[in-house]
Amino acid sequence: MSTDHGHAHHPEPMAPVEARVAALEAVLTERGLLDAAAVDDIVTHFEDDLSPRNGAQVVARAWVDADYKVRLLENGTAAIAELGFSGPEGDHMVVVENTPTIHNLVVCTLCSCYPWPVLGLPPAWYKAPAYRSRAVREPRALLAELGTVIPDTVEIRVWDSSAEVRYLVLPQRPAGTDQLSESELADRVTRDAMIGVERL
Amino acid sequence: MTDLLADDVATMTGTAALPRENGTLAFRAPWEGRAVAVAIAVVERLGLPWDAFRHHLIASIAAAPERPYYESWADALEQLVLERGLTTAPALDAATPTERPTL
Repeated sequence: MSTDHGHAHHPEPMAPVEARVAALEAVLTERGLLDAAAVDDIVTHFEDDLSPRNGAQVVARAWVDADYKVRLLENGTAAIAELGFSGPEGDHMVVVENTPTIHNLVVCTLCSCYPWPVLGLPPAWYKAPAYRSRAVREPRALLAELGTVIPDTVEIRVWDSSAEVRYLVLPQRPAGTDQLSESELADRVTRDAMIGVERL
Repeated sequence: MTDLLADDVATMTGTAALPRENGTLAFRAPWEGRAVAVAIAVVERLGLPWDAFRHHLIASIAAAPERPYYESWADALEQLVLERGLTTAPALDAATPTERPTL
């Protein structure tokens, strides 16, 4: 637990079951029965292929329903809960909107605070020190390396997640998608776009 | 992880079926994902069929039907590990942390 950063990132002790799973992993790893890299690979499999796409549904709804979008930007937590998504790691959600002149990027500089209920498990790179520091120091260069070139005319705003506030990026609706249904639109929304490392 | 094992995990039915929201898997916290991954890695390491874990999972759910799914999963994992003699309950007690580590 840390309280000397202005905002606490891990304010709560571990739940007994969380601690027990950590103990199982630690003991098995120590005895050479578990390979930490193998476990990470399996977690990655679930992140990439099976993670919840709740956030994509939120974005698609905002694209097709202007009133919903207003509510979403005013009170992210309540608007996301309208769709049935809530949870302890998503009870203070702030949604930030990309526009032609503003691009938003989400990071957690101190650890890996992340809105589980809408985005599932965080990708490994989100937790990497390089991403956490460079997202703040040189976001434009970092994004370019990730294949997302933001024109100099577009302002980049970086949002630092914490235990108190979790951010979700509302990407711009791609051009040429007028004919798509809400669920088809949701299929177009990627996790990376909702973190802000990709533009759709 | 073998795709075969991944399919075995993803296609479980009945009480053992992974919880889904709108068709996709739903983890409420990172430890749930870790618990799934550790179980798969252990089963793979021991060369067991997935059923070896699934039977423990069904038993753990049946023993406490009101318990959240992934808490039963964690219990099943512990039972499997103890049954196979990979560690002991006292060793687990000693290794159980009380605070979440800062990354």
